[in-house]
Amino acid sequence: MAQSMGDMPAECRVAEHLVENGIPLPRVTKAIANKRLSILVVGAGSSLLPGPNGAQNAYPARLRAALAEKFPGVEISLATDVKARRTALEMVKVLPEDIAAAKPDLVVWQTGTVDAMQGVDQDEFSQALGKGIAKARAAGADVVLVNSQYSPRTDAMIALGSYGETLRWVAVQREVPLFDRFSVMKLWGDLGTFDLYSATKKLDIAGRVHDCIGRLLADLIVAAAKPEAPPAPAPDK
Amino acid sequence: MAPVKTERDLRLDLFRGLALWLIFLDHIPSNAVSWITIRNYGFSDATEIFVFISGYTAAFVYGRAMQEHGIMVAGARVLKRAWQIYVAHVFLFAIYLAEISYVAHSFDNPLYTEEMGVLDFLKNPDVTILQALVLKFKPVNMDVLPLYIVLLAGFAPVLWLLLRAPSLALIASAVLYTLTWLFDWNFPAYPSGSWVFNPLAWQLLFVFGAWCALGGARNLTRWINSPVLVGLAVAYLLFAFLIALTWYFPRLGSYVPEVVGDLIYPIDKTNLDVLRILHFLSLAIITVYFVPRDWPALRSKALWPAVVCGQHSLETFCLGVFLSFAAHFVFTEVSNRVLVQFVVSLIGILVMVGAAALLSWYKRVERQGPRPPTTRPGYAGGDA
Repeated sequence: MAQSMGDMPAECRVAEHLVENGIPLPRVTKAIANKRLSILVVGAGSSLLPGPNGAQNAYPARLRAALAEKFPGVEISLATDVKARRTALEMVKVLPEDIAAAKPDLVVWQTGTVDAMQGVDQDEFSQALGKGIAKARAAGADVVLVNSQYSPRTDAMIALGSYGETLRWVAVQREVPLFDRFSVMKLWGDLGTFDLYSATKKLDIAGRVHDCIGRLLADLIVAAAKPEAPPAPAPDK
Repeated sequence: MAPVKTERDLRLDLFRGLALWLIFLDHIPSNAVSWITIRNYGFSDATEIFVFISGYTAAFVYGRAMQEHGIMVAGARVLKRAWQIYVAHVFLFAIYLAEISYVAHSFDNPLYTEEMGVLDFLKNPDVTILQALVLKFKPVNMDVLPLYIVLLAGFAPVLWLLLRAPSLALIASAVLYTLTWLFDWNFPAYPSGSWVFNPLAWQLLFVFGAWCALGGARNLTRWINSPVLVGLAVAYLLFAFLIALTWYFPRLGSYVPEVVGDLIYPIDKTNLDVLRILHFLSLAIITVYFVPRDWPALRSKALWPAVVCGQHSLETFCLGVFLSFAAHFVFTEVSNRVLVQFVVSLIGILVMVGAAALLSWYKRVERQGPRPPTTRPGYAGGDA
């Protein structure tokens, strides 16, 4: 299930170009320089996998493993607060406790799907995102946002569109990197890299998808945290 | 038969027909063909076209009825239409339930346990179906008809006012729109939130369409034909296009000055953002400028498929919603290769045209019937 350690599998790399980001993560840069990086993943059901090895195979743990490979000398700790069916606002409410407990340098925040399923008001969603980012930053952590999964079977039932747009816009406005999980998975689905349509109880594809997401997310973080960080977006003058 | 000189503006049918096609394409999730639809090139989409033209034709049809038979008769006809649309909506909901229930039974994937939660409403149909019947629970892509129902349900008094004091009616509509923005008015939805298309905001476009139909458009002709306005419209469309590019190439987003970004985002579809209205108006101005009312091509065979769909808009719209469910079903159960997406999209449009042509034929037969053919000006649909 979990890929053997080593280079990124080709199936993940298919979507590499979609993980572009021009926003630096200064706090993470510093933490890596100090050889101790603490990460908190806050998310809902799509950050989980079922089964006895679920936690090990879901993307938060895969992210940690991928980062550990890239920074052999850095001690990387990972805390997760992941529970199904939570809206952005519900996660914001528990965020201060999570941050107090984990003291993260980086908060990876996956949200949006449940808000879309419940039809939460766009303004409320947008405000919740802003609040969460502000709280994490006030506690000295960088933030990376993760958007919804691409789920072709339920495409016609969940109106992700406007929530995805709001998420994207808040990310731009607050200068937070957005890991565009939706586009990455859509590309995999369109190219047939992974069969996202299949009805199955088996965990192998789900595990590989999460592994790739963890690796690509690690790539985004590594690129954004480079000491010679990518130049900030040029102001248009 | 020589084409009857009708007062009906075939441009309306043409563009409503095209809008119906675009709505169909946009409603098929992850459809490769939907990149051609206008929402990808600017702020507004086919919904604006549909609502505006629906307002226009409603005023055109029921305005005359009101002048000839009075407010009671016209009002009754408007309500009858609203009822028909309600029935159509409930019918579509039944089809939606069938599709969803099927998916719920056949689909299982550990990757999507969260997303499958959307099917939970099937577990308490007592609440959900009731909420659907009172138009509070509206599945994805089933938001337009409820909007249309509410707009028609309140239309009779608006039409009455439009016939007497058109400017006053338009101002009242704009005031309601403004108040809606100021006080965040909207109808509640189930299980939470509010209507995706806020009728209190979208009424502005509907009433504006009605106002245009009742002589407003004539008054505007001088303005619409001014090159300055056309130039402004082109400039605005270009601006919207450039902004739309940044949605697909996020890197370009950094070239949008912060002031502009802060000013335009979020572009509120629910409450019919001013940017969307301006975008629609720009499109309308350019269309009216380049497509004259008596443009011969409007009666050509090439445009007939769109025109005939526009003339049977309710039926075509409902069929389109159904077909988009069906298309999604094909994508999930059979294949979602790009070629299949093209073929399915094309077949969908052909089915819509075929059904509209059939309705048009039926209507003509009915009209000819045992009675002598009427000379009443009416639909000029199937003449080609």
